[in-house]
Amino acid sequence: PALFLAQHRCQQALALSCRAFFWLVSLLLSSLIWFIAVKASDPRDEPLQKGLLIFGIMFSVLLQEVFRFLYYKLLRKAIEGLVALSEDGCSPISIQQMAYVAGVGFGLMSGAFSMINLLADALGPGTVGIHGDSQLYFLTSAFMTMVLIFLHTFWGILFFHGCEHRRWWEIMAVVVMHLAVSGSTFCNPLYVGSLVPSYLLMAAAATWAYLLSGGSAQNLRRFLLCKS
Amino acid sequence: MITFMNNSDSEEEPCNERTSLMSAESPPVPSYQDGLQTAEAGEAQAHRKRRTGSSRSPNNIADGDMSDSGVPVRESALENEEEELTLKYGAKHVIMLFVPVTLCMIVVVATIKSVRFYTEKNGQLIYTPFSEDTPSVGQRLLNSVLNTIIMISVIVVMTVFLVLLYKYRCYKFIHGWLILSSLMLLFLFTYIYLGEVLKTYNVAMDYPTLFLVIWNFGAVGMICIHWKGPLQLQQAYLIMISALMALVFIKYLPEWSAWVILGAISIYDLMAVLCPKGPLRMLVETAQERNEPIFPALIYSSAMMWTVGMAKPDTAARGASQQTWDAAEDGGENHRSPLHADSQMPETRSPGPTRPITSFEELEEEERGVKLGLGDFIFYSVLVGKAAATASGDWNTTLACFVAILIGLCLTLLLLAVFKKALPALPISITFGLVFYFSTDNLVRPFMDTLASHQLYI
Repeated sequence: PALFLAQHRCQQALALSCRAFFWLVSLLLSSLIWFIAVKASDPRDEPLQKGLLIFGIMFSVLLQEVFRFLYYKLLRKAIEGLVALSEDGCSPISIQQMAYVAGVGFGLMSGAFSMINLLADALGPGTVGIHGDSQLYFLTSAFMTMVLIFLHTFWGILFFHGCEHRRWWEIMAVVVMHLAVSGSTFCNPLYVGSLVPSYLLMAAAATWAYLLSGGSAQNLRRFLLCKS
Repeated sequence: MITFMNNSDSEEEPCNERTSLMSAESPPVPSYQDGLQTAEAGEAQAHRKRRTGSSRSPNNIADGDMSDSGVPVRESALENEEEELTLKYGAKHVIMLFVPVTLCMIVVVATIKSVRFYTEKNGQLIYTPFSEDTPSVGQRLLNSVLNTIIMISVIVVMTVFLVLLYKYRCYKFIHGWLILSSLMLLFLFTYIYLGEVLKTYNVAMDYPTLFLVIWNFGAVGMICIHWKGPLQLQQAYLIMISALMALVFIKYLPEWSAWVILGAISIYDLMAVLCPKGPLRMLVETAQERNEPIFPALIYSSAMMWTVGMAKPDTAARGASQQTWDAAEDGGENHRSPLHADSQMPETRSPGPTRPITSFEELEEEERGVKLGLGDFIFYSVLVGKAAATASGDWNTTLACFVAILIGLCLTLLLLAVFKKALPALPISITFGLVFYFSTDNLVRPFMDTLASHQLYI
């Protein structure tokens, strides 16, 4: 049993890193597309550049979701393999746990990429917003990254659940939510336009994922009141 | 800086020897126990292992056929067991290797980012004589290719030399060589490293204290690596010396040469391991014929061997093997033999400039370990360190290379488990790392920068 748990953890850690890799590849491909588009276009044309950027972002979001799906397929095969080889016919890891781990991996990678340069710069000397930009840049970036990481985790659960039970509308909902969140960041630096909807969406996704994972209001109450 | 360069020349020799040693080192030969203990003891253990092996898998199909089975059913059951165990413990092995590789990379990146010394250009190694300060791109490319050719040929020559030494049983020479190189690393390089770190943080240290610290560090290191010591300490020392070597490479290899060398060494590794006439393969075969561990080369081991795998009297010639040598080295041939193979994990070796990755099984499952040669650590860290040092995209590129290398390692281990034979560990990881470095630096960075400047999120 102890051994079992140990290998369990290891598999989760492994899945996490695989997930991060998948996100990376999706980012790579999307930036490739954007790069080509930019190089092929006129750099002085501002609206065009902006348009290309928007296109790049949307494309990247879609690509991320595609890779999430591919990862799901990979995970399915791996679990089937493990089940076939296991001793008592039941898989040592459930698809739900894997969904959670996958979501976390995705979120971590995306968050790391968003934040890490910022953090490195934050160590150095400088003044935030000295050229007239928002002074809350770091703060809002931090919050935005956090909400995105959480969202990825929940989307992972929702997405996998949708794939498992063949509920396409769940998958579509995840994609639409992702697009909405990314789109809302266009309102930056009008932060109320991006942070507030994102947090609302996160709360919604959280409850949905919780319910899907078998939680209920009673469970929650019991947990909060520390009843056994 | 002539003196320093001279220093580094002589330093480099053992270092390169080390690299080539590591490249030359083959996976440990059949089970340490087999080599050292008597046949009966070996059999007794094999039997014990067999029994414990079977007791571990409840649905052992051999159980039913125990009575009349004989060897064939037994073997098939054990094969199944082995496969199950392989896959089950696959994740554990991978994680056991992730941690030290990650630690080594973290040390290297942290040093690169904070200590200026390792990113300054202060001369080059004697092995890369062509300078890259040429005005034209073509000339620079040519110089880096020539540098690479020289470096790789040095490594090949060293490897062949080592194989010859091994063939003609000059064990003392090899052992002395190893001790000399680890001495250099542990004392000289640590001294330089410590000096630079102290300079960076402007910390004053007097010579007596310094002497005491370095002496203790070096002496304990020598004992731990070449003789007995607690496993964690030994692992820590191995990680430290790999990091030091990697830092030296990062400092002294010119930019383009470094990338070309990384690529070339993966190809060399691939060829040396898989071609029938490769020096590493010959080394492995010779070692297997003689049924003995090759020499106490430096391999990172992640588990403690239950036997006192360390200095055994009859292997005094090779000094203290690290416990790593206890890996049951079955290779392909002994795989089916009921004597060794029973509950032993399929061996996977990746000799060569890449390290042998071997897994072995012990009596207790928890202590099953994996081994990875130090050269792998070094080259992975060189890649990530170079990415940290020279990439303009800073942390994104470093992070991307890091993930790429880990995934490459994971894939290699998977292939290892599937093919159950010697495979090189460098090519996949280095390829991924290189691809991701160049693509992240050139493609992803502008994209992410633009996103960050508008505070857009994907």
